[in-house]
Amino acid sequence: MLDLHKNLKNLVLLSFIGFAGLSTIVAIIPAYQLEDVQPLPDEPKLTQNQRDGLNTYIANGCAACHTQQVRNIEMDNMWGKRPSIPSDYYYSKQRMDLWRQSPSLLGSERTGPDLTNVGNRQAAQQWHLLHMYNPRTVVKESVMPAYPWMFEEVDSSMVTDNDVVVPVPKEFFDKPHLKIVAKPEVLNLVAYLQSLKQTELPGPQTPKFIPSIKEAAQGATAEAGSKSGSTAPALDGAKLFSQTCAACHQQNGQGLPGAFPPLAGSDIANDKDPKLMIEIVLQGYNSLPNYGPMPPFGDQLSDEEIAAILTHERSSWGNDAPAVTAEEVKKVREFVAREAAQ
Amino acid sequence: MRKGNYTLLTAFILLSEYATAQGNETVSTENWLTSPGIIGTIVLILIVFFVAVIIMLVKLNSYIEKYKDRQVLRKNEELRKELIDLEESGIDSLLEQRKKALKYKLSGEELGGNHLALDKKGLVGKVEGDPQNPMFDEKKRATPQLHVPEPLKKIVLYYLGTATFWLVFGTTVGEYLGMKFMWPDMDHVSWLSFGRLRPVHTNTVFWGWASLAMIGLAYFVIARTSNTKIHSYKLAWYGLILINLSVFLGNWCLMAGINNGGGEYREYIWPVMILFAAALVITFINFYKTVARRKVPEIYVSNWYLLAALIWTTVLTVIAYWPTYQSGLGETVIQGYYMHQGVGMWFMTFTLGLIYYYLPSSLNKPIYSYSLGVLAFWTQMLFYTMIGTHHFIFSPLPWWLQTVAIIFSVGMFIPVIAGTTNFLMTMRGSWSHISKSYVLPFFLVGVIFYFVGSSQGSVQAFRFTNYVWHFTDFNVAHSHMTMYGIICFILWACIYSIVPKLTGREPKQVWVGAHFWLAFIGLFAYMMSLMVGGTLKGLSWLDGHPFIESVILMKPYWAWRAVGGSLMFLSHLIFAYNLYSMARKSKPVTDAHPISVTKITA
Repeated sequence: MLDLHKNLKNLVLLSFIGFAGLSTIVAIIPAYQLEDVQPLPDEPKLTQNQRDGLNTYIANGCAACHTQQVRNIEMDNMWGKRPSIPSDYYYSKQRMDLWRQSPSLLGSERTGPDLTNVGNRQAAQQWHLLHMYNPRTVVKESVMPAYPWMFEEVDSSMVTDNDVVVPVPKEFFDKPHLKIVAKPEVLNLVAYLQSLKQTELPGPQTPKFIPSIKEAAQGATAEAGSKSGSTAPALDGAKLFSQTCAACHQQNGQGLPGAFPPLAGSDIANDKDPKLMIEIVLQGYNSLPNYGPMPPFGDQLSDEEIAAILTHERSSWGNDAPAVTAEEVKKVREFVAREAAQ
Repeated sequence: MRKGNYTLLTAFILLSEYATAQGNETVSTENWLTSPGIIGTIVLILIVFFVAVIIMLVKLNSYIEKYKDRQVLRKNEELRKELIDLEESGIDSLLEQRKKALKYKLSGEELGGNHLALDKKGLVGKVEGDPQNPMFDEKKRATPQLHVPEPLKKIVLYYLGTATFWLVFGTTVGEYLGMKFMWPDMDHVSWLSFGRLRPVHTNTVFWGWASLAMIGLAYFVIARTSNTKIHSYKLAWYGLILINLSVFLGNWCLMAGINNGGGEYREYIWPVMILFAAALVITFINFYKTVARRKVPEIYVSNWYLLAALIWTTVLTVIAYWPTYQSGLGETVIQGYYMHQGVGMWFMTFTLGLIYYYLPSSLNKPIYSYSLGVLAFWTQMLFYTMIGTHHFIFSPLPWWLQTVAIIFSVGMFIPVIAGTTNFLMTMRGSWSHISKSYVLPFFLVGVIFYFVGSSQGSVQAFRFTNYVWHFTDFNVAHSHMTMYGIICFILWACIYSIVPKLTGREPKQVWVGAHFWLAFIGLFAYMMSLMVGGTLKGLSWLDGHPFIESVILMKPYWAWRAVGGSLMFLSHLIFAYNLYSMARKSKPVTDAHPISVTKITA
């Protein structure tokens, strides 16, 4: 009938129509359907600086190694409290300009960590700036590229109050009369990274992660980001420490001079009464003159997790102080909440 | 063939059930952690499929044998009848003849006589009597030069030449990127930073090397199978210039930090990609008009694939760059669709078209089954188109879209097995040629990778395996297995089989061998290191170890990858030299060894 072996026109038309039809079903229609997505009520818009930062992010191909999607499987719950949903991308995935389309942020490879929630995980600007100047200043094993061209070397005498000076360690920059000053490009980029925080969903329903075998065996319902895991077994403080704290305080507890204070030998860490230490973790800290501010972790870590981390910190690198219990953390948390309410 | 199709269908149904079972939220997360190294599963599945294919071949064989036996029986029957019907005198003369035949003896001079061996007309090109060289089979020479119109020859060579330039350039970049995994502080130049160079590597080898080589090779196929001249050489040149221009400008933009949004293979901004699309349209018009005035009634199956690949890719590019439905996750739906179809509808479809011509022509026999080729064609369109979203499994994209992608990924077994069977059956009976030809090993490796790479891709799409492998370096291994193992090896096979026929000049066999083995061993090292490393990385994530540990554990595997990559890169330099030695103009066509000639004439 169609005589495809001999009728060229029919052959070409049929393959065109077939492919275009299938493409409509599998690509164009679903894409149009996703246009209807609305942002979450609490979702903040990107500021101009953050948007410029996003452009820098795309221009340098960051998405090649960093994903921005928390999948709905349990192994991804270290990257966010809940699986990502289409609304999360409402503001960031708009067309960039006439020449460039909506940025591909979800990514297909995780050579570096997922960044969905990096604004909560790494809130400190100073950490990000050091990390951008050369990732190995803060994470020795990192294979991420360095971006020194986003910084300027400025003579010490020329540095003004408006300049953001980055305390790069000597091994990485050894010119005593010069200072490393962040250019607007990198400040915007960091502003964008700091803005990456998962928005709370309205209402009690949170989409769940598909559990993996471990939780299934223990019969626990793997609730995403649950802060009240009272039945959970003893947590591994060392592991939690390297996930949450080591980026700044370093794996060996020594910190980085001029940026992040050491925990090894610290008076606060060795104090018999852990109250101040717990407060710092819950609320953040900005009282040490030679170091950058520490962001609060009260929302991210459960009482048990904080207790496990502090116990690890208080018994490592030569530190010698009694263990911390979840009860103690809970008490301090309540105290802090009461103070804030007043 | 009906039986074969039935087997395929059963396999398809069984597998879809298996794959969708993974969709059920609580099932099947149990088996996989208790059996760490999901490789086992995959190996088993692959073995099963190998066995299935072998069984199918054996079955087919026995069918054919039975049919032949019946033919023999029928002939015997006929002979018996004839004998019974013979007359007396007839029988006598037959017996007389038989007596004579039994007494016959050879005189010993039937073949040669006792003349001197002389080559008066200079027909002997080369005498190889060297007992010092027993290591390798002397490879068969390509059949003598074809009579090809000079402009066609020129255009094919220019396409291949520029393609090879981009191959060397693109893999230099790739090699450099591989080294950056070990020495991230190699340079601190913005234009050379990892994130900017990575798309330069992928886009150059895609749009520069593979696309140009494919189109160049196809110009010959189109003209040859239509038994006519190319519609317009001018259009062919425009296409060549446009593609080269778009790759050059595109790379320039990428290194300057101008890209379309970071979606893989969609990094060129539209003003650049439109040049490439224009080249596609021009090439399509040129091919279409050439095929339209063919001097044979039928459209050879190669041309189905070539024309369709051009239409499909044009449609694909338009859909990918069309702005109205791409805010939010709409972009991601299109990205999954595009990055998969870019490979499936352009590189794979087009390359299949090339195999359907070059494989049988270099074996000097017809393709095994024309209808299998047609079946593979339509199923390629149906199944490949639907599976893009399998790059975003467990993502916030609609669950139904993910499930469709997984089911149709399983369906990919149909075109893949149909194609592989067709090619292997075409090669069947010519296996001895492999040791005698420098073209066939490339074809064989390409075809085997077509099966292994594609099946592996389908298996990887299951939610189950996706759990472990997604986001790891395993993906990089897979894409090299397919783009390199399939596409590059087939393109090399085609180039080595056609260029000597165009120019009458063959490459040095040692160098072709070096190219083959370096590329093959390099690819294997590359693949295995990333597959093993990627699996360990996935398992480390599943165990909830801190992320940085997965970086540390990858370091030795990245080193091995760089070793493999270096071998591949080296093979490309050799290939470039081989192409040069085939295409250069200086020496006259005769390739006879002067020494042997003087020996003979002396």
